[in-house]
Amino acid sequence: MHELSIAMSIMEIVSAEAEAAGADKVSRIELEIGAWSGVEPDAITLAMEEAVRGSIASKAELIFLWTKAMAGCEDCCNEFQPEDVFKICPYCNSLNTHLLTGKELKIKSIEVVTN
Amino acid sequence: MCGTCGCGDDDHITYKKLESGSDQQNHEHHHEHPHRHGNIVHIHPHQHKHSHPHGHVHHDHVHDHEHHEHDHEHDHPHGHSQSISLERNILDKNMQFAERNRGYFEALKVNAYNLVSSPGSGKTTLLERTIKALKEKPLYVIEGDQQTTNDAKRISEAGAPVVQVNTGNGCHLDAIMVNKASKQLDIKPNSILFIENVGNLVCPALFDLGETKRVVIISVTEGDDKPAKYPNMFQTSQLCIVNKIDLLPYVDFDMETFDSTLKKLNRNIEVIKLSARTGEGFEAWLRWIEMQNA
Repeated sequence: MHELSIAMSIMEIVSAEAEAAGADKVSRIELEIGAWSGVEPDAITLAMEEAVRGSIASKAELIFLWTKAMAGCEDCCNEFQPEDVFKICPYCNSLNTHLLTGKELKIKSIEVVTN
Repeated sequence: MCGTCGCGDDDHITYKKLESGSDQQNHEHHHEHPHRHGNIVHIHPHQHKHSHPHGHVHHDHVHDHEHHEHDHEHDHPHGHSQSISLERNILDKNMQFAERNRGYFEALKVNAYNLVSSPGSGKTTLLERTIKALKEKPLYVIEGDQQTTNDAKRISEAGAPVVQVNTGNGCHLDAIMVNKASKQLDIKPNSILFIENVGNLVCPALFDLGETKRVVIISVTEGDDKPAKYPNMFQTSQLCIVNKIDLLPYVDFDMETFDSTLKKLNRNIEVIKLSARTGEGFEAWLRWIEMQNA
């Protein structure tokens, strides 16, 4: 839903970093997006393709690392991949669980080229 | 671009401050420059946007080129390639502004509540009644909508200073908008700020505004499975208000199903059931506000 404004934020950070490094163009952008980050893979992919257009990163290779959601149980201390949003522990059926990974929304790295 | 809600950039965000009790806001203009019209101030924020976009970028890569033994006579037709590790949260800028807002509110001893819901859940009606009930308290409102100052007029008529943020195509308020709107409100210490977010149960969940507490409102006409359908919003809120309970006899809303689904999603969330229209259950909400101030 909000993927374009997120793509614009990505481009703002990428452009600033590339400029600070004195680069002429950005050749690669590596992003990490969690399965439960609230960002849809298809929508962010499309939004990024649009957002780089006409920018210093117009030819950049876009790499997406999709991180799986993992949860931990506070009662039996097991880790598991939650089946749904309720994150019920498959080992002891507890609801006292918390998300370990899956909320990531990160720019991992960029590769820049200086002529 | 965004097929669902048309979320776009912030070129068309406008801020309009309405003085409390005013009744002259029945005309709307689209002006290019800040100016005063009656007691509506039009300000277009994009005039001072992006003034220093690269002013605070942190670079911490270490340069250690002391003794390169090879000379640099070979030329580089394809340029140097360099990988820069960033590990930056994409919502960094919003998070920074959210923390600034939080500090600002804390210093002023202001409790700020981010009210989120679907469109039509009764947020504005809830606020109108709250403003009237808490007449003796200094209370401020930031209204977020894509278009119109309709809600701000209602708040203004109820008696609270209000800034209407029109997000244009945007589907949520962000911390930067709240920062600008808060400054325009000139909030006095020891007061309460209600931020009525854009009616949308999806996008606003991602954007911390620097609020003290997030309050999600659902009306019984929306169905008891709302929390399961939009888990993010219910998982990130501290209070859930179930509104329009006066309509319970007329709708298929199973309160038990709702309660158990909600508690499964967020075991710490508080719940208050009320009707903003009739006032039924409203005392619990006023008491909750009172307790936050204690």
